[in-house]
Amino acid sequence: MALLKLTSPHAHTAQSTANVMQLVLLATIPGVLALTVFFGWGTLINIVLASIVAVSSEAAVMRLRKRPVMVYLKDYSALLTAMLLGLALPPLAPWWIVLVGTGFAIVIAKQLYGGLGYNPFNPAMVGYVVLLISFPVQMTAWPAPLPLYPDGSSAPSLWQSLQMVLPFLNAEGIDAFTAATPLDTFKHNTGLLVEQLYQKDPLFSRANWAGIGWEWANLGFLAGGCFLLYRRVFTWHAPVAMLGALVVCSALFYDGGSSSSHGSPLMHLLSGATMLGAFFIVTDPVTSATSNRGRLIYGALIGVLIFIIRSWGSYPDAVAFAVLLMNFAAPLIDNYTLPRTYGHKKSRRATEKATEKKD
Amino acid sequence: MRKVWDLIGGVHVPENKHQSVQSSIGTLPMPKELVIPLTQHMGAPPKLLVAKGEKVLKGQVLAEPKGFVSAGVHAPTSGVISAISDHPIPHPSGMAARCLTLIPDGEDRWVETKSLEDYREHSPEELLNIIRQSGIAGMGGAGFPTAVKLSARQPISTLIINATECEPYITADDMLMRERPQEIVEGIKILAYILGEPDEILIGIEDNKPEAYEALEPYLKDTNIELVEFPTRYPSGGEKQLIQILTDKEVPNEGLPADVGIVCQNIGTTYAVKRAIQQGEPLISRVTTVTGKACQTNRNYQVLIGTHIGHLLEHNGFDESQCPRLVMGGPMMGFTLKDLNIPVVKTTNCILAPTAEELPTPPPAQPCIRCGMCAEACPASLLPQQLFWYARSQNHERLEAHNLFDCIECGACSYVCPSNIPLVQYYRSAKGDMRKLAQEKISSDRARERFEFHQARKEKEEAAKLAKREARKKAAEQARAKAAANEDGSTEGNISGKTASSPADDIIKAAMARAEAQKASPEDQHEKLKRGITRAESHVESVQKRLDGLDPEATDKQREQALAAIEDAQLRLNDAQQKLADLKLPSTRSASDSSMSSTPSSAEKMVMEKIQASPKEALEKKIATLKERIGVTEEKLAEADDESLRTALQNGLDKQQTKLKDAEQQLAETPDQLEAPTATPETEDAASVAIARAQANVTAQASMSDEDKLKASVESLQNRLKKAQKKLTSAEAEGSEHIDAFRTGVEKLQAKLAAAETQLQQDAK
Repeated sequence: MALLKLTSPHAHTAQSTANVMQLVLLATIPGVLALTVFFGWGTLINIVLASIVAVSSEAAVMRLRKRPVMVYLKDYSALLTAMLLGLALPPLAPWWIVLVGTGFAIVIAKQLYGGLGYNPFNPAMVGYVVLLISFPVQMTAWPAPLPLYPDGSSAPSLWQSLQMVLPFLNAEGIDAFTAATPLDTFKHNTGLLVEQLYQKDPLFSRANWAGIGWEWANLGFLAGGCFLLYRRVFTWHAPVAMLGALVVCSALFYDGGSSSSHGSPLMHLLSGATMLGAFFIVTDPVTSATSNRGRLIYGALIGVLIFIIRSWGSYPDAVAFAVLLMNFAAPLIDNYTLPRTYGHKKSRRATEKATEKKD
Repeated sequence: MRKVWDLIGGVHVPENKHQSVQSSIGTLPMPKELVIPLTQHMGAPPKLLVAKGEKVLKGQVLAEPKGFVSAGVHAPTSGVISAISDHPIPHPSGMAARCLTLIPDGEDRWVETKSLEDYREHSPEELLNIIRQSGIAGMGGAGFPTAVKLSARQPISTLIINATECEPYITADDMLMRERPQEIVEGIKILAYILGEPDEILIGIEDNKPEAYEALEPYLKDTNIELVEFPTRYPSGGEKQLIQILTDKEVPNEGLPADVGIVCQNIGTTYAVKRAIQQGEPLISRVTTVTGKACQTNRNYQVLIGTHIGHLLEHNGFDESQCPRLVMGGPMMGFTLKDLNIPVVKTTNCILAPTAEELPTPPPAQPCIRCGMCAEACPASLLPQQLFWYARSQNHERLEAHNLFDCIECGACSYVCPSNIPLVQYYRSAKGDMRKLAQEKISSDRARERFEFHQARKEKEEAAKLAKREARKKAAEQARAKAAANEDGSTEGNISGKTASSPADDIIKAAMARAEAQKASPEDQHEKLKRGITRAESHVESVQKRLDGLDPEATDKQREQALAAIEDAQLRLNDAQQKLADLKLPSTRSASDSSMSSTPSSAEKMVMEKIQASPKEALEKKIATLKERIGVTEEKLAEADDESLRTALQNGLDKQQTKLKDAEQQLAETPDQLEAPTATPETEDAASVAIARAQANVTAQASMSDEDKLKASVESLQNRLKKAQKKLTSAEAEGSEHIDAFRTGVEKLQAKLAAAETQLQQDAK
């Protein structure tokens, strides 16, 4: 009788890495819906295009690395990267923007470092930053929210949207109707008090809290994030620290709503990629700090960096830069934030030598 | 209601306990044979008291504890010891160890037992001794001798009874509490009495055992024993975890619960203590859960220690074809068994025979995405994902800094890992490697210290030799000065040109000076010269000896230095001969007497002979030193307590003995050549006498009969034995930690001596 020789534990949860990735994909749905409702088909087209590029480039690299292609595609990690990048890119961006960004994210930022689990930087954010630096014009042209389209012009249909993304479908070419985002508006505001700005600009005057369309997209991602927290896919530490730091910074520099104000905390929370970043980017376990204490520091510093770059940097949004900068710092944070082990008086440093021991 | 604290980390694992609590604790028919491992506890193996073929009664002591941390074993039933041999034991490695095989006679006849009417009339020490003699060791799984745990030196303020049984499937303690609550409470009272009535006595129980809770409760009225219930969560039954849940205290790392005033005992152990004290029953059976879907019946049994797993499963409708793996213990920390031919031991709380659906074979591991679920589950607040990283890269320094050794291997991290990484296996392997390296470092440190000590001793000896040489040199200078004062001017010119620079030169010069001074008497001059040259030659020899005496491990540099010294000394000797020749010329010129001229030339001849003879002498010396070294090595070997050290020494000894044989052979071949120079009829020559004597010795040694050799070796063995015994007695008096080593040394010497003596007797016949 041949009995298996296995080491304990013999029991195992049904949870798998693919399940985790699927849950995260599922949690993006409210955000995707909000973006589609307010900015048209562009977001969905981005996601589909990015997914095709991500899966095919992942498969190509796996073949080159002589690994079983299907095994790795089934972990859904490439799809998740594609989804996050697709959400971050401006809707209706030309097809090659998506191609370059996604290809770079999967091939360079993920696979060249060894694939899933080995990449020091968040692949989606690397792809995003490469595009932002290389093609600033295309990357900063956000379409206007549909409710703000001028009278008489209607939202582009799916076919029209496709023609905008894939210009070779239509020789004449259609241009998207673009508008400034709330963060752009605040960046370029020179003379108006915040109150006046909110009254004058339809972007704010027709919104509930902070920028029409944007607020709902952010609330959608917040809802998805809460779902993931509830399912214990990640801990609350990094997102709460990031949002908290952002709130504190924006409250400190709100400046009573003067003309030099950088915007209210609510505006910062519900604008740009704040919620997407907080719950889907900052929580990426591969590239963030490992301990809970480390994640608090990691998240808080991202929040601070986001505010600094948004307010005084030359780019309107800052989540990607802030996350990449903190990806650099994650190992350093890890070194100083080991949890206190049971039975030890205090925590140790990761690089502590055996001789320094004895706490 | 007492406040309880939350378990840090932990996981919810499907409990699967209901299957085995449907019927009461059962008994099995008497097995055909019982295999009782000698060591079923943590600590030193016990001392065997029975022999093969001996009849034993139920409860009879088969082996008694040897050393403080040890536990004995007892006969689970009456019968005959049919074998004492190596047999597979319950161990993750599937290894075999010494076991007693008992064939039951079916009578199940008890040995005379002694029960205590009222334990309070006896001192705690007496009770501890009964527990110790009853072979009780922690029955929760660790198997640490209970008496040792109960005799903590620290004051104990809290006694915790671990009724948690947090591992899924296992219900042995649960059933024991349901069916024998009174005896368990009695056992707790005994433990409390032994510990000097601690302020707090707590029974920690998970909230998934309401029946056990209700069974115990009535017996706790009017006692200070508190039953504390807390939420079910694995691994709350870990000793450290339970202490934290009940008291919020943490056992310091590298410390014991006693360090925070706590002693923890398992339910099964408590019951065994009660039986031992009040019924006089040693630990010969235990309650074991037999469960899993591959068994038709899932139930608890009162199983005799030594019962084969196969026997246990057979009576539960075990279906082999349905069971891909067999686990002893629970699904979280148990280990797989390689076959059914393995006995139940004191720590066997469960036999789990799951089907493939129940505990599926794990899928291949995926890459770690550092999701951190493991860190959330870790009850020791470690970072399993980082430990995994460093374990794979064998970065021991980082593993140490991440407190790998605080991992209790509960398996919670592996359980939750979405990538199916066998994390605990990585930690076990890394711990093993690190322990091995630490052990190797200790032995290499020891070897280095030994070598350094050896070097220091050699240097000291060298320094002493040098001092002696200096003293001789001074004496020679004084003698020369004295001689110079006496001699006439004509000869002084010959010598004064030379500056005294080396001992050999000095000796020769002094000898020459004396010879010149006593020219008038040719006989005297002859003698003086001879003495001088002998001294010069002895210098060569001493250098040669130093070379031979060099340690085999000595560096090449040291060897080179010694060789250079020999060359130098021989050059000086040649120089001395040259000078003798020079001396001869003026002497012949000054004196026409032929006998005068022949004196220096005969001296020269002597020197030449001596130089020719020196290889033989060197050989002799070499043999002598080799013998000496062999003696030393043998002694070291006898004292060596480390396995690797012993093999190293043995190798060294073998090499030395080969060398000795070679040298003896060479010596045996040399005498023919040496016959001629010693045969020269210059009998009045002291040097040749010495050579003759030495040669006689050598030939005597070479031709020594085997019997003589044996006698000699017996004598030397006796001497060594005496020395070793002396050392042993002094070690025992001082309570040295090396007593065991000394003892084995003495035993070995005695064995050797006995062997040598018997051989001697046989030879005599």
